[in-house]
Amino acid sequence: MTPEELGKLAAKEQKARSACKHRVNVCCAAGCASMNSDKIKDDLQSAIKEKGIADQVQVRSVGCMGLCAAGPLVSIESEGKSVMYKGVTDGDVSEVVESLEGKPIERLNLPTDMPFFARQEKIVLENCGVIDPERIEDYIAVGGYAALIKALTEMTPAGVVGEITRSGLRGRGGAGYPTGLKWGTVAKSPAREGRKYIVCNADEGDPGAFMDRSVLESDPHRVLEGMAIAAYAVGATHGFLYVRAEYPLAIKRLKRAISQAQKIGVLGANILSTTFSFNLEIRLGAGAFVCGEETALIASIEGNRGQPRPRPPYPAEFGLWGCPTLINNVETFANIAPIVDRGFRWFASIGTDKSKGTKVFALAGKIENTGLVEVPMGIKLRDIIEDIGGGIPDGGKFKAVQTGGPSGGCIPKQYMDMPIDYESVKEAGSIMGSGGMIVMDESSSMVDVAKYFMEFCKSESCGKCVPCRVGTAQMYDLLEKIHKGEGASDDLAMLESLCELVSQTSLCGLGQTAPNPVLSTLRYFRHEYLELLRDGQKELAAAGADKGKDGAV
Amino acid sequence: MLMHAPAPGPPSADKRWRIVEAAMRRNGNAGHALIETLHSVQQSFGYIDDDAMRYVAASLRLPLSKVYGVATFYHFFTLKPAGKHTCVVCMGTACYIKGAPQLLDEIRGKYAIKPGQTTEDGQLSVLQARCLGACGLAPAVVFDGQVAGRVNQEQMKTRLTELLSPKAAKA
Repeated sequence: MTPEELGKLAAKEQKARSACKHRVNVCCAAGCASMNSDKIKDDLQSAIKEKGIADQVQVRSVGCMGLCAAGPLVSIESEGKSVMYKGVTDGDVSEVVESLEGKPIERLNLPTDMPFFARQEKIVLENCGVIDPERIEDYIAVGGYAALIKALTEMTPAGVVGEITRSGLRGRGGAGYPTGLKWGTVAKSPAREGRKYIVCNADEGDPGAFMDRSVLESDPHRVLEGMAIAAYAVGATHGFLYVRAEYPLAIKRLKRAISQAQKIGVLGANILSTTFSFNLEIRLGAGAFVCGEETALIASIEGNRGQPRPRPPYPAEFGLWGCPTLINNVETFANIAPIVDRGFRWFASIGTDKSKGTKVFALAGKIENTGLVEVPMGIKLRDIIEDIGGGIPDGGKFKAVQTGGPSGGCIPKQYMDMPIDYESVKEAGSIMGSGGMIVMDESSSMVDVAKYFMEFCKSESCGKCVPCRVGTAQMYDLLEKIHKGEGASDDLAMLESLCELVSQTSLCGLGQTAPNPVLSTLRYFRHEYLELLRDGQKELAAAGADKGKDGAV
Repeated sequence: MLMHAPAPGPPSADKRWRIVEAAMRRNGNAGHALIETLHSVQQSFGYIDDDAMRYVAASLRLPLSKVYGVATFYHFFTLKPAGKHTCVVCMGTACYIKGAPQLLDEIRGKYAIKPGQTTEDGQLSVLQARCLGACGLAPAVVFDGQVAGRVNQEQMKTRLTELLSPKAAKA
């Protein structure tokens, strides 16, 4: 297919769209799908057929609309107006069909101007909940693959790398490494036996994070387009998508998307009738958290146990089968097409000085509006929790928010007015991480939370290096002892020294960051540990005297 | 092990081995196809037994120790057959703080099995998931492949009783 033909396809699809009077979108991402939204979609379709208005109404299943707490969600767009319904059940179907020509149903109405929707700024999620993820035509109709055309026909590979560098995009997997810099390194590294690779890290292992899953389920082509542009920029011809086997729906949609893209000629040989070729394969993870670490991920794609190796050499120079390999996270790739399409200046105008663009967060835990949100970098934590998230349910009081999964930490309430960007979150003792935000209220014990994450790291440690394998087990034992009320201040001192040892001497990120949940809870909630110690009263009293000075208790 | 012996046939005449063979062929019977192959074994048979590992090792010309190493390294692979019904309790952070441990206690109290175990009659297996990514529905439990959200102890009891009743078995 040539770029002109693609343009025609987009125009045709848009025309078919505007010919419909009403467009009914049913969320069929994992959250709503588990509440039988597929059946609601089928019921809606047959009810509309029965009423004889099938030619005016288009019913589609779309991806995640974000507010998982109120699912199943249905949105209706009719002649410029849009309504959203929450908690739609089988019984509501006929009423919804009736309401197409009448007034919206008050009972189910979800105001689209509520802060949850109004305060968001969508780049990565802009198509989620809007297009049918199983149809490439839908993606093309909203401007999909235009960025790939632009890159291939108007830009040089170095030009694309320059564009990404100047946009200020940083890796969304958690560490925040400048994306353009990484691309530049891979582009400069000489290919080995003519090969370089692109790898998309979709092994979303952090418990409490589901951003990547939603993007893959709701807008898979966006990720494929980003990968294809990256391949062109760095000179790769082959790519792998490493997806968790625990995400069957995402895998199914990705497979479908890849075959559609190959059929239409935006993936495969001679893409869009140019000399550029790029092939993409899916590799399934098998439930090892450590495979989110890039060298472990490479080992896993090669069919080995997912054990990391020391870096350097970095994968950008020596990666998959020894070839230069570009590894980026799902969300990073999802940002590429808009940057190429709209230019680096537009992207760089969003966010803060050092953290550009937006970030997707998965809000979960003790919060009213659980779901997926995308906000500009630099937004205050308070705005996310109280405004967008709707605060704590059942009159609970906010205690802390956990970010960054097992590598992150807990941010307490005195940081509510902190802007969310890579540096500030790190300063507060946590990391940005991939975007899980788990809100905890007064009923959560922080020692228990630390113990939970240590159990996770202990069992996910790959066993290659001693500090991580033995250290996490020792730290877990100490935490359990303290949690049971059997610990003494010696144990706490030992725990603290182990934290330092493990973080300084472990081979990879898993071990280096495993102590973070303990360190951050010790920093802000030390009194909870002391209260559990057999001999913690003295220190507790001393800390009590200091209360308020450092705001730590 | 003999490295240049001709690749042996599958352990049995079971037709499901053809799916496994196809997965290996698709990757050119290369060693890096190991994880993909183990996935296809587990998908076809529900678990990976010793015979399967021997067969995969010989077909991909890998040492059996490597195949065993990989199969036991990844949590997703299981070397034991699951019970007739499965119940996966999500233990992700969101589910954890919303009461997933109490759900596991409920099962332990009633059926005397811990995560990863199967009841003696082979009817029910309980597993714990790292995170299903259904944090909006916390705590989430998967009963025989169907996700249920916001499960409390009472619902857990009812669902499991339903699952294990002879009526459900017939349906």
